[in-house]
Parts: sequence; structure tokens; C-alpha cells
Amino acid sequence: MSKQKIVIIGNGISGITCAREVRKNDASAEILVISGETKYFFSRTALMYIYMGHMQYEHTQPYEDWFWEKNRIELLQAWIEIIDFQHKKLICHNGKTIHYDVLVLATGSKPLMINWPGQQLTGVQGLYSYQDLQLMEKNTAGIQKAVVVGGGLIGIEMAEMLASRDIQVTFLVREADFWDNVLPEEEAKMVSRHILEHGIDLRLNTELEEITGNQNHQVVGVKTKDQESISCEFVGLCIGVTPNIEFLKDTELDTNKGILIDAYFRTNLPDVYAIGDCAEFRKSPNSNRKNIEQVWYTGRMQGETLAYNLTQENPIPYQPGVWFNSAKFFDIEYQTYGNVPAKLPEDMETFYWEDENGKVAIRFNFSKHSEVIQGVNAFGWRLRHEFFDHAINEEWRVDQVMEQLDQASFNPEFYKPFYRRVIQSFNEQHGKQLKPKKTSFIQRLIGSRA
Amino acid sequence: MKKIQLLGLGLFILGLLVFSTLPFIGDYRLEADIVSASVKTEHEEAMLRTLRPMYGEVYNSNFRFIADFNTLFEEYNEDLKRRDAWDDVIWDDYAFSITKGATQTGVISRPLLFFSISIGLAVLGGLLYIFPLYKGEPEGIKNDGIYFSSMKSRGLLGIITGTYLILFYVILYWFPEYMTNLVIMVDPLSKALSGAEASQWFLYGLIYTLAILVMGVRMFRKYKGNAYQTIRTVSVMFFQLAFAFLIPEILILLNKPWHDFKNIWPLDYSFFYDYRIEGMISSGALGMFMLVWGIILIVLGVPLLTYFYGKRWYCSWVCGCGGLAETLGDPYRQLSDKSLKAWKIERYMVHGVLVFAVLMTAVTLVNYFMEFGLLGQATDQLHSIYGFAIGSAFAGVIGTGFYPLMGNRVWCRFGCPLAAYLGIVQRFKSRFRITTNGGQCISCGNCSTYCEMGIDVRWYAQRGQNIVRASCVGCGVCSAVCPRGVLKLENAGEAGRINDMPIIIGNKSISVKS
Repeated sequence: MSKQKIVIIGNGISGITCAREVRKNDASAEILVISGETKYFFSRTALMYIYMGHMQYEHTQPYEDWFWEKNRIELLQAWIEIIDFQHKKLICHNGKTIHYDVLVLATGSKPLMINWPGQQLTGVQGLYSYQDLQLMEKNTAGIQKAVVVGGGLIGIEMAEMLASRDIQVTFLVREADFWDNVLPEEEAKMVSRHILEHGIDLRLNTELEEITGNQNHQVVGVKTKDQESISCEFVGLCIGVTPNIEFLKDTELDTNKGILIDAYFRTNLPDVYAIGDCAEFRKSPNSNRKNIEQVWYTGRMQGETLAYNLTQENPIPYQPGVWFNSAKFFDIEYQTYGNVPAKLPEDMETFYWEDENGKVAIRFNFSKHSEVIQGVNAFGWRLRHEFFDHAINEEWRVDQVMEQLDQASFNPEFYKPFYRRVIQSFNEQHGKQLKPKKTSFIQRLIGSRA
Repeated sequence: MKKIQLLGLGLFILGLLVFSTLPFIGDYRLEADIVSASVKTEHEEAMLRTLRPMYGEVYNSNFRFIADFNTLFEEYNEDLKRRDAWDDVIWDDYAFSITKGATQTGVISRPLLFFSISIGLAVLGGLLYIFPLYKGEPEGIKNDGIYFSSMKSRGLLGIITGTYLILFYVILYWFPEYMTNLVIMVDPLSKALSGAEASQWFLYGLIYTLAILVMGVRMFRKYKGNAYQTIRTVSVMFFQLAFAFLIPEILILLNKPWHDFKNIWPLDYSFFYDYRIEGMISSGALGMFMLVWGIILIVLGVPLLTYFYGKRWYCSWVCGCGGLAETLGDPYRQLSDKSLKAWKIERYMVHGVLVFAVLMTAVTLVNYFMEFGLLGQATDQLHSIYGFAIGSAFAGVIGTGFYPLMGNRVWCRFGCPLAAYLGIVQRFKSRFRITTNGGQCISCGNCSTYCEMGIDVRWYAQRGQNIVRASCVGCGVCSAVCPRGVLKLENAGEAGRINDMPIIIGNKSISVKS
């Protein structure tokens, strides 16, 4: 490969993974990563822990500062305002221009706002960037009451953050249960119960009408569509995120919601690529996936794949494997592998088991006739990624998964094993006679997995 | 904070204040019979003569008493040294026993009262504070506000606490004569257990054990719902109370040498010292058992158990130093340095201490079997250097005094020779590893932040690599604080345990090796 200057805009997981992987495959390429947010890469998903006092900002940086120089990845903290695609030039907020040979756009997302009346008031904000966190710190200093709008991942995180500082939270969720457009009903209800358990004033089926302020332009409350007024000193708007491509609109770059790309992350312009949250596939990678993938893991995989394509002769299309994701709702961990839609499709069967304490649950979706495993949801129960990646890829029948369930658990040692009860319940519901594996005393004594 | 917790905090501080004031009260008066009772027969005459000017005088402060004692004692020795009468020089340290004998305070007549209003009050206050912790809250990670806490994030309270602990250790190791009141206070308990009077080491052992027990209860509260943490904490509480505290005292009662059956050379660096070996050999069958058991632990116990379970079987389940770190030290675990530089320093230091301990022991044994023909008493010199620099200064003053400044495992990480030995086995021949769960890591950093050994756990987790590190003590907290279920402490087959070039699951396009 000839020496080329690869410039990446955005130092999130997509951009940084791309930079690191390019360096691994190509010792000579010049790599520059530009971000206005922070100089160094940090874990966006960890922002909440800074607010909650679990960590400080430095702890969220996955690599020490010397790492970048050692790997000859140049970092620049700047906002790019204009891109001159014709002359392959970037113009920074301070007027400085930067030349590129290859441009990777990894600009991420920004909070989605839908023009609610009053959303410009002081004390009203979304949460995505480091700057948002600093603003939230300022906006919530010494306050007593807050309203969070939006029953998704960022909404519940924000509720947890505020609650950790003893701020009373009213949580407005449009749906009948928390995140029930993604989670099946039982799981959504479980999380809703857990939110209440944490003292959050959860309002389901409730939509925001407007945000009200005082003469100082300071938020004082919200009004719901049912005309209920709720007083508060802070409003978090967390109904979702949208690609952060404002500065690319009205350029020759093809965009829709995000920057339009093909399976090779190519935009309509030569030597310009887009990855991560800001990118929108013209055609989704496969039938179960969306055109815009806005999770950490897909950002990482897209970064890996593009780096490969930028450094190898024969580019390959992006082909993600079995879908997986995870989250933590207050104290309940959630993992999912494969396809578990909120509404069960016609050709699928499902089996759901929940522990009496209402905080541990597992769901298996499988095809109606072939009984091939399609996906799994787990709550309060850590599962082994490798196990389900194999099971789903290799199209195991659900019986085979059940029989090896003891090995699928990733819970810490000495945790109560649930697999016997799950298998028993599965046998009862589906008229099977599966037997859980027995572990010998020796195996238990040495803690053997196999 | 609940009222009962405030009360508990108040009582704890009160108890601590009484404890800290006690050394400074009372009168000190020396008489000839005290000297006779406190010194060896061969020194009796000289000491009686040397200390004569102090007899009958009432000192209202231990500082003045000890100053006079030191002046007279040094004068005596200096005079001998000037005259090259080296054989008559007294090397024994009698400051503590003589000061203790001369102490005249209310503590002597009412030791239990003073014990109750100092240590007793602190324990009661601590428990009152701890029991209501997280009451009514769902099970889960309780790390809210740690980095806003002055105590837990090297704020003023943390620095004050560290300074207090350091001072305590300095007095305990090198100036115990200033804490005679505290020792007298625990005399009745010592007599009840072993029949012997208390020493400063009995006092220390008692406080140490109480700290592990009380703060162990805090662990139950904090990690409620985490079976691994609960069982592990029960284990360190049991081993401290039974093996490190009660059994050794009972051995004294039975006229056997003080012995901690779970302490292993080279952490127990004096195990092969001639007085220990002779003590064991001359104590009949039980003494022989101590010697054989100690050697079995070194040559079989450590490699075998570490092979099956990793060094955690000792470091975070059995060991006393580990026990204190995992209970009293838990609030400070996040303060350990995670940098690559710290790791480099750690490897030089901990293995350096191991080499020092092995060489010292080798010289000691050779000398012992050659009946001191080779080096005479020169090994004593080596022992005192090790005892001072490693045994006291490193393990005690820095090891515990620096909890609030550098985290709770400073000694275990940088200094413990046994940890180094266990670590070598764990790194190269063990079934233990922390498995990383495919591609689920989000690089948040909770695991690295809360690793007390300063391992950058995230470095491995985010590249899908199992964590196989010599220093990992297997406390399991990285796994507990992980919000995505990425880490699992496991014992399993050696195949695939060390994956230098891991592949992160999830991307079918290419197989990226980290």
C-alpha cells in the first residue's frame, strides 16, 4: 500500500476502531483522528458512571494517553465545519484546513428532538456527548425534581443517574410498558416493575405535550397530553438519537437520515466512507437488521471491516454475524442473542421462564416446525456469547440448547443455577422429556466447565 | 443518612478518640521489682543498677518516663561500647516491658471499662452504621458517589485516615512503649485466652480481627445478592478469627509455640529461622506437625491448589493480609494505579522481594545446618534488615497505612513474596482464568477501576482476551461491577486458557485478531 493520509472525523468506538485496525494492517499510512468533543477516546456508554460517581472521566478512557503516539495515530481536537470534497480538504472551526486522501466519517449521533414547545428552555437537554454530561452536571446541581421523557435505553439511564443523586424522577413513557417496542411484553413489564422498585415515578402511556418555563427562561415543569402538569427543575429528553450530520446536509454527499452507504461503507463520493451511528445503509445488511445501526458493537464491527477494506486489495462487504446486544436496567442485566422481536412472528414459537422473585427471566424463540433456535433474551442471567453464537449460527434445535443450558450460563460462581427449573418448565409447557445434565462431585469440586 | 447510622458514626468516632487519647494518660513509676520482673536474668543486675535513679519518681507522662529510661539505658550501653566491652552490651529492647510494668493508670483497675469505651464503642458504632446500609434497596452494585467521597477518593478525610494508620503502625512496630495503656486494657482478654499477659502484638491481632469481622459485615451488606462475594467474605472472616487469632492463643495456653497454621513461607518469613525451627522441634508431635504441615503447604499446597483454583484460594479466601484488604480495604479498592508503568514497577518489586526472601532463607538454613559455622550470627543482621524493611515498613506501614492513598493491595501487589510465588504458578500452570464473554464489552472501565490489584482488566475484555495475570487475586469484583456480564472467574481446562490472538465474536465479514 502506498502511503496515504487517512483522516477520520469522530473518535468514538467506530472511528477509533477503524484507526487502530488500519494501523495494525498498514504500518505506513498516515492516520489522523479529529474530534471536537474530547481529544482522547472515551467510552460513551460510561458517561452515566461519571455522573453517578462510580468513575472519573479518566477511567472511561480505554487507552492511556501515550498509546496514540506510540501507534502513530495523530489526534486533533477540533470541530470540522466545512468539507471541500472536490479538493479533499477539511476546514476547522478555527479556519485551519486539513488535506485528506481518504476520509472516514464517523460523526456519531445526537439526541433526537421533535420540536416540543419549550425545549429551548434552560434545564432541558438530551444526553449523548461529553458536553451534554457537563451540561447535565450544571443543570442538575442542587435540584430536587426532574422529568425524563422517553422509554428507551438513554431514558432509563438518565433516570438512574438522577436517582443516584436523590433527585426525584418522573419518567414519562409513551408506550404501555418500558421499551415494549423492542422487548416482548413479559420482559417489558419486568423492567417496568423494577423501575418502580427504585422509587421512580413511572408514567406509562404518557406523552409530553409541552415544557413550561418562567420569565428567566428556566424550566419549571411539563404538561402531558392528558393535560397533567408536573413541576420540575430539569427535563431530560431521551426519545432516541439521530445521525449527527448537520454540517453535511446540502453538500454533494448523499444523505437521508444518515450518510448513505453501500455494503462497503462507500458513500456516493470517491474516497469518502461513513461508519457507525451516522451511517445509513442503502440496503440493510440482512433481513433482521436495520439500515442504521446505532449500538456500540456494530460501530466496532463496522470500524474493523472498513479498516480491512482500506488496507487490503480486495474489499469485502459488511456482513455482521448473529445479532447480540446488552444493557443494564438499574440492577437488572439484559442480554440478547439472535432474533427476539417484541411481537412474535407467525412462524415462531416462544418459551418464557421467569423466576419467582421476578428479576430473572429467559426467553427462547424458535421456528414453529423445525424447532430451530432463533434467539434468546435473558434478564438477570448472564449468558455465554460464544455458546449462543454457535447455537444460532449452526441452527441447533431448541432441545439441544436446553440440554446444554448449564454450560450456557455465564453467572459468577456459586450463583443459584436455574437451568433445571427452566428445563422442567419447558418440558411441562411443550410436552418434552428433556433431562438436565448431571455434574459429578469431582467436576463441582474443581469447578470444571466441561 | 439514617439516625441510627449517625449515632453509629458518632459512637465510632468517640471510641476512636478514646483509643487515641488513652496512650497519653496516667502516671509512670518504676520500682526495682518491676525491673527484675521485666528483664532476663543475665541483665537483671546491670539493669537494676542502671535504672536506679528512676526508682520511686512519679512521672505524669510516658514521654518523660521513656526519655529518662532511654537516656540511662543508652548511657550504660555507650559506656560499654567505648570500653569495647561488647559482650556486656544489652541488645534487648526492654522499653516496652519496663514501661508497661511502670504504668499506673485507671486502666489497670478497670481494663474492661476502658476496653468498652474505646474498642468496644468503635465496634458497636461501626456495626450500627453498617447494619442499616442499603436497607430496603434492591440488590445490586452500590458504587454511587464513591468519587464524590472525600474518604474514598483521596480527599482530606482519606489523607487524614491514611496518616492516622501510618502513625499507628510506626508506634506499633517501633515505639510500642508509648501504647502500654492500650495493651494493659486487653490483658484480661489475653489471659482468658492464652493465660499470658498481652503484648502489643496481641492488641494488634485483636484490632485486626475485629476490623475484618466488622468490615466483613459491611461486605455482606454491600454485595448482598452476590454469592461469590458473600462466601468469600465468610471464608476470610473465619480464617482470621480461627487460624490467625484464636488457635495461636490456645497453643500458648497449651504451652506450645504461637503458630498460625494458614500462614505460609515466604510471607511467614521467619518460618525457617532457628528459633522457630527449634521451637517446633521441641514441641513434641504437634510441633513436628507444624513443621511438616508448613513445608507441605509450601511444596504441595501452593502449587496444587493454585493449579486447580488460581492464587485466589489463598489471597482472597484465606490470607490475613488479603482478609484485611478485602474487608477494611474494600472502600479503597478503586485507588490502585492501573498504568502500564505501575505494572512494570510492580513486577520488579514483588519478584525482587521474593528473591530477597529466598536468599535470606537459604543463607539461614545453610547456616543452621552448619551449626553456625559458616556465618555465625551474621544471619541475624539479614533478618533484622528484612524484618524492618519488608516485614514492618512495607507490609505494615505502607501495606495498610496507604490503603486510602494507593488502594488496598499495595503490599500484596508490590511486596508480598508469597503472592509472587503463587502468581508464578497461576500465570504458568493453572486452570484459573477470567473468561471474557465474546464481544459484549463496552469498554466502560468499571472492571479496571475497581480492580484492587491495578490490572487493566478492560484492556483484555475489550479485545475478547481471557485475563491470565500473575497478580490477579480472584476477588471477583471486576465481574460483579461489569454492567454487561462480560467477566467470569472460572476454573477450566488449560486448552484455550491463554488466547494471545483472540477473535471478537459477532463480525462475519472478517476475523479480526486483536
